[in-house]
Amino acid sequence: MKHWKLTLCASVLALAAAPAVADCGIASGNVSILGNDFPALQAVVAGAQTCAGGGVTVTANLTRDHRDLQVAALTANPAQYSVAVVANGSIVPLINAGLLRPLDDLVEKHGADLQPSQLVRIGGQVMAVAFMANAQHLFYRADLLEAVGLSTPTTHEEVLAAAAAIRDAGLMEHPVVLVSGAGWNLAQEFVNLYLGYGGSFFEAGSAAPAINNEAGIATLEMLKALTEFSNPDFLTFDSNSAQALWESGNAALAMMWGSRGGAILDDEGSTPEVVQATVLAGAPTVGGGGRPATTLWWDGFTIAANTSDADAEASFVAMMRGISPEVVAANAAAAVWLSPAYEPTPASAGVIASAQGGAAPYPMLPYMGLMHTALGDNLAAFLQGTASAAETLETIEAAYITAARAQGFLN
Amino acid sequence: MPHRTFIWFILPSLTAMILFIALPIGSVFVQSLHIEHPQVLRVVESCGPFGCTQDTVVDVEATRALREAQPLGRFNGFGSYLDRNHLAVNEIGAFWTRADSWAEFTRLAMTLPFWRALAFTLTFTFVVTPLVIGLGLAIALAVNALPRAFRGATIFVSLLPMIVTPLIGSLILFWMVDSRGVLGATLQWLLDDPNLSLKASPTLTWVMLIVYGVWSSAPFAFIVFYAGLQTVPDETLEAAMMDGASRWERVRYVVIPHLMPLAVFVTLMQLMDNFRVFEPIVGFQAQANATSLSYNIFNYLRGDAAQFGAAATTSMLTILGVAVLLAPVLVRTWRDFNRKRA
Repeated sequence: MKHWKLTLCASVLALAAAPAVADCGIASGNVSILGNDFPALQAVVAGAQTCAGGGVTVTANLTRDHRDLQVAALTANPAQYSVAVVANGSIVPLINAGLLRPLDDLVEKHGADLQPSQLVRIGGQVMAVAFMANAQHLFYRADLLEAVGLSTPTTHEEVLAAAAAIRDAGLMEHPVVLVSGAGWNLAQEFVNLYLGYGGSFFEAGSAAPAINNEAGIATLEMLKALTEFSNPDFLTFDSNSAQALWESGNAALAMMWGSRGGAILDDEGSTPEVVQATVLAGAPTVGGGGRPATTLWWDGFTIAANTSDADAEASFVAMMRGISPEVVAANAAAAVWLSPAYEPTPASAGVIASAQGGAAPYPMLPYMGLMHTALGDNLAAFLQGTASAAETLETIEAAYITAARAQGFLN
Repeated sequence: MPHRTFIWFILPSLTAMILFIALPIGSVFVQSLHIEHPQVLRVVESCGPFGCTQDTVVDVEATRALREAQPLGRFNGFGSYLDRNHLAVNEIGAFWTRADSWAEFTRLAMTLPFWRALAFTLTFTFVVTPLVIGLGLAIALAVNALPRAFRGATIFVSLLPMIVTPLIGSLILFWMVDSRGVLGATLQWLLDDPNLSLKASPTLTWVMLIVYGVWSSAPFAFIVFYAGLQTVPDETLEAAMMDGASRWERVRYVVIPHLMPLAVFVTLMQLMDNFRVFEPIVGFQAQANATSLSYNIFNYLRGDAAQFGAAATTSMLTILGVAVLLAPVLVRTWRDFNRKRA
């Protein structure tokens, strides 16, 4: 009898442990994940955590401040995190410092399900596995546009006309919402519009800035025109406040991140009238340019160079589990997944339309981060009317040059 | 005290001060004299979900070799102190010749990060400090005049602004002054201006930050002065009353002179505290309208590319600023001390 009980206990234990080992095929290893905090990433991490058990531990730190942590955390040896979930903007500092492990061997061994386009190769080596795409694009309220007799705006000039019509009709005083908080967010708006005008940030083949030109001035003028239809607090708006404005029905035309689409279209935080009238569309073009005025972003995972081979393999396998077809299918509304198993939902319409329209990817240059910072620190003066457009561009270039010299990119 | 005994007496604190104050400051100073090595760049093909491009990347091996040879970076002397991010000597000179009026010169100089931050930091310090002392004294006198039964509860409520974490306190106010928040909307209604936004106008943002600074620091001055009021000698007050001094005259000629050493202490603390104003700027997301030296240091250190050299230089300039600011008060205290000893 005793013997029978023992066997039962053992088999129950084996059963409990079995799925993890059988599903993920790893026996041991420590997986720790650092990344940004939004619903799609939470789903990926939850997927990866199903590999935990037996000798495998999976921990995660998802935080908005991941960019401030990642370089220091991965410089430590052994690295504080085995996996860093990055985007095409935030992978650059890790690449610059040589903190990422090339993934070619792991892709060959465990990456049979990946599409070739998911592999981010830099100089021939696979450095990241992309799993979702994101972009800022147009959200609009079909009911309000209908009330003023307009259809989907496809250019920023039409967005302005629609905003003016809505204001003139007395429907809404501040119809436009941009993620325009001074700093990184405002700089991102500039980057989107400037690339839409066909501008380039640097002189060809060099780190010297090249934004003080007609495209730069046109971008500033357009940004100012848009913010004149925004709530006067626009210099404090981040994605959360933009989403809150939208859900409270206080906006008619917004440029927001595609990854907010799922949360805006769900039945929480807003009224059914707002949700039903919300339409996600591709980013409009600007100034007669051919490509949508937005930048395409991918989110993907990387593995720290300062991680043992065993942990690196466990991490890769766990992350593959995190982006498996089951996770993608269960969270289809949370993101635009780069997976064969992904069926587009209404929440993805804007990102897909922007990508099909030929939007530019966010520049992956080692000194782009410094340009982004210089933009973020100095754009507000123009929008508040204390500096002219040409002066502002001059200030931004001067700020960038100072930083680029101190960082060794310029002499 | 014999010198030998004195040395042994202060040795533990001296060691701690050297280890935890002098050495870190020394290391920050050394850092401020250096900038990053030149980055070795090369062009490679990079491919991703949105196609392939020719991209510039940092040659990690070559840059690492440079870094290992000289871990501190390139020696730049006082270059960082003079560059655009700090004293901006060249830019100030150029603006001086370009501007045709003081207003124009100020406007141009306000695009320079250090001077912009210094302007707000000094304004904040010199407006908030006297207001805190005045308000703190007024609250202390008022509470002291209350019947004993009410004092405990009043003191507790008066201390609340200081108990709330600065970041949380400023976030709470941030949402209240939002144009859709209770204070912001009331102001719009009172002034009949639907476009009024405390967060959009630089002047109103400064006012808001200063009001917040007074609100959060006044309890500190209050509690110090209240403690001091308990030690005001009754005999002197009674004598003043006998001489026919009014309540105001008693405060002016008995209470305030008695509290003077405390006022010096509060001034010293407030000057130091206010000069390193930081949390309200983050909490109110006010960086578009107001930055401080501490905020600049924070800004250099976060994000994708931490600029250690610039942060170190701003830190050294901040220490210098605190020293200049405190010098008059310290000199005065030193003189008083010598006079008493003589």
